[in-house]
Amino acid sequence: MSSGSEKSGGPGTLVEQTTAKVNASLPKRYRAERRFRIYGLLSVMLGLFFLAFLLFDIVSKGYTAFQQTYVELDIYFDPEVITPDGSLDPETLRRANYNALIRESLMYLFPGASGRSDRRALGALVSNSAPFKLQQMVMDKPGLIGQTARVTLLASDDSDMLMKGKISRSVPESERRLSDMQIAWLDTLEDRGRVEKKFNTTFFSHGDSRDPELAGIWGAMKGSFYMLVVTLALSFPIGIGAAVYLEEFAPKNRFTDLIEININNLAAVPSIVFGLLGLAVFLQFFGLPRSAPLVGGLVLTLMTLPTIIISSRAALKSVPPSIREAALGMGASKIQTTFHHVVPLAMPGMLTGTIIGMAQALGETAPLLMIGMVAFVVDVPQGFFDPATALPVQIFLWADAPERAFVERTSAAIMVLLGFLVLMNLFAIYLRRKFERRW
Amino acid sequence: MLLLILGLLSAAGFMLGRRRALSVANAHGGVRSLHSLPGHYGLYTAIWVGLPALLLLLLWKSLEPTILTEMVVRDLPPEVLELPPERVGLIMNDVKNLVAGNIVSGEISPEIRFAADHWEALERGFRWIRTAIIAALAALGFAWAWRLISPGLRARNRVEGVLRWLLIGCSTIAIFTTVGIVLSVLFESIRFFRAVPITEFLFGLEWSPQIALRADQVGGSGAFGAVPLFTGTLLIAGIAMVVAAPIGLMTAIYLAEYAPRRVRTVAKPLLEILAGIPTVVYGFFAALTVAPMIRNFGESIGLAVASESALAAGLVMGVMIIPFVSSLSDDVINAVPQAMRDGAYALGATKSETTRQVIIPAALPGIVGGLLLATSRAIGETMIVVMAAGLAANLTANPLEAVTTVTVQIVTLLVGDQEFDTPKTLAAFALGLVLFVVTLILNVIALQVVKRYREQYE
Repeated sequence: MSSGSEKSGGPGTLVEQTTAKVNASLPKRYRAERRFRIYGLLSVMLGLFFLAFLLFDIVSKGYTAFQQTYVELDIYFDPEVITPDGSLDPETLRRANYNALIRESLMYLFPGASGRSDRRALGALVSNSAPFKLQQMVMDKPGLIGQTARVTLLASDDSDMLMKGKISRSVPESERRLSDMQIAWLDTLEDRGRVEKKFNTTFFSHGDSRDPELAGIWGAMKGSFYMLVVTLALSFPIGIGAAVYLEEFAPKNRFTDLIEININNLAAVPSIVFGLLGLAVFLQFFGLPRSAPLVGGLVLTLMTLPTIIISSRAALKSVPPSIREAALGMGASKIQTTFHHVVPLAMPGMLTGTIIGMAQALGETAPLLMIGMVAFVVDVPQGFFDPATALPVQIFLWADAPERAFVERTSAAIMVLLGFLVLMNLFAIYLRRKFERRW
Repeated sequence: MLLLILGLLSAAGFMLGRRRALSVANAHGGVRSLHSLPGHYGLYTAIWVGLPALLLLLLWKSLEPTILTEMVVRDLPPEVLELPPERVGLIMNDVKNLVAGNIVSGEISPEIRFAADHWEALERGFRWIRTAIIAALAALGFAWAWRLISPGLRARNRVEGVLRWLLIGCSTIAIFTTVGIVLSVLFESIRFFRAVPITEFLFGLEWSPQIALRADQVGGSGAFGAVPLFTGTLLIAGIAMVVAAPIGLMTAIYLAEYAPRRVRTVAKPLLEILAGIPTVVYGFFAALTVAPMIRNFGESIGLAVASESALAAGLVMGVMIIPFVSSLSDDVINAVPQAMRDGAYALGATKSETTRQVIIPAALPGIVGGLLLATSRAIGETMIVVMAAGLAANLTANPLEAVTTVTVQIVTLLVGDQEFDTPKTLAAFALGLVLFVVTLILNVIALQVVKRYREQYE
């Protein structure tokens, strides 16, 4: 110690010097400490901020899609237009020009409009599907011909967007989808109480369509549903079988090591590679139909299996060995022990893992693109072999669509998808809480 | 349909087998004289009824199309048979479409009509034969089991043996999947490399996979140099890692070392939500919100930003990976023994000094492993880049320009195409092979590193 003080030549002992040095450096070190802590807090905040921003962005874009604008018109079912020759046979009624009725009714409301282009502009205020609605009404009840009825018609996507304030009135007319005239008409209609917004049932009951106001997610939801049924039916038993074998029966040898390495690697293989596998094996080799939920389900099964196997093995591992020993001691065979005692006890954990795997499968898009589930499918699929899309693929398709009205519908579809995912995860958490056992 | 009947037959076999076992047992002095439970005898019978028939059915189903085609082709008129094999294949396609009720390309000639009728007749006959054989096999199995049932039969052991094989079968599916991936990707890639030399693919600087429809078309030869795709992928994955690595790591450190329990229990699951959001949602977010924001910001400070910039896709991908990095790092940081922290504190180190100089060096292998896994995920990520990154194969390191990635090209090459024989579609499989190999190598290294690290502290 004395040698230290000799060397430094300064006042005080080495301990004092060191203390002084440490004390002098303390403020700096504490500042560094605080800074480090703030960086950490900032990172957490940043992550949470991204999450909040993402969700806010989606919701603010999409909540309007749950409402749809309708226009009420007094339609005169002009016999001259519908059946010039007076016959009521279905073919005549089907072929009649119902568009003219709508335009006539609008022309009556706006006497100022004249000429062909105005007529067309007026007609563009209501959806392309409006004539079919009139057709249906007349075919159901031919007595309407010659009468005037107040009919609620679907507005076109552009009118809908204007009413929801998504078309800016301040941009020049040439850069807008609606002309000044059309906007004025719509405002007049609104002032007269002829425009109303209702809950958008079309969105939840229709398949895809080129017209945003007619497009819905029901077809995609059914496609997703069929796919998940296939996935669940295959991956649950196979996953549990594999987990049970690896955890309870498998001897420790090269073969089981190989299986284990395979499972761990498959869990990290990019999902699009599974799509390539599905394309080459299921479509080309086995010749299964393109775009079918069956094939989608098969591919998703292969993708979710590793997740299910890994979590099921964890569940099996958490069952204490005393259970097995007790059952074996009572004279049960190995299989009886496993299936009568161990598997039921591990079941909640296995189910949790399966649900999480299913949630993953529901949100997966890339492999489905490979096996042709991106087709434009208008019809709602009725079975495992019908062409179908899935909910995330529908989102992908709509995100690409140029119409302004598809943005809110895409966001709404995302909200529905996220809703399902939240429900599934909550159910998994509930299962875990309810049945979790501490041994 | 046949499967359902087979299931019912098996169920009947179970009932009958069980009853048979009981009646046999009665003759030998009660249930106690049986080797196994009566239910085991029932299952034993059910297996004999169902399993051989099921296997035969599967075999039949897989062979039937080939045999049918063979038989129909043999009976085609001789002038058709003299055509080159590809033409015969096309005609057979028409025949099959006609049978299935699909749209047939071109006109239906009488030969095709005849062949289709022939096909249908054969198929009907086959169906009868198949049903008969399978019914016979089921009956045979039943009779066999019926004869075998006796008190001494070790039914339980046999049933359990079958069950065990079933379980082994379940667990080998993982191997079959890997083999399937490797084979399918490899075969198509080899076909591709026959058309395009592998060196050109790996080192070529030009990527434009359009194939000419006519021979004299301009620029129609197609270029398959994948280097721009590799650099594009690395650029986007690099941006993602630049975002995700520090944020994820600091999040993990904060949550593991600093955060009070309550913050931890709330913040951790909330961040995990980021990992659970489907990638298509991130893609939508990147394309419609982040990319315009970056472009507007760039314009306001006078930078030209492509509307499909690598930056937008990379940023959003980084956000997606944050929870992945943070939860993996969290695991390894928590695995560092408390004694090492206590030692550092005892020497007077502050918390941040302990973290930086003791914990992170100790946890480094695990953290590196986690980052490698995250990188492999970023490289294989598809939807974000498909929706937010461009299609133009630019060879650039400027994050404000549009680049394209391996996964984007796989999707664009394959979506909507029904032909699998052009170099264009085969190129997708070659890209898939590269993707698979690269991610596999990254994963194997990462898993090894993490595993070795875990063992070190256990």
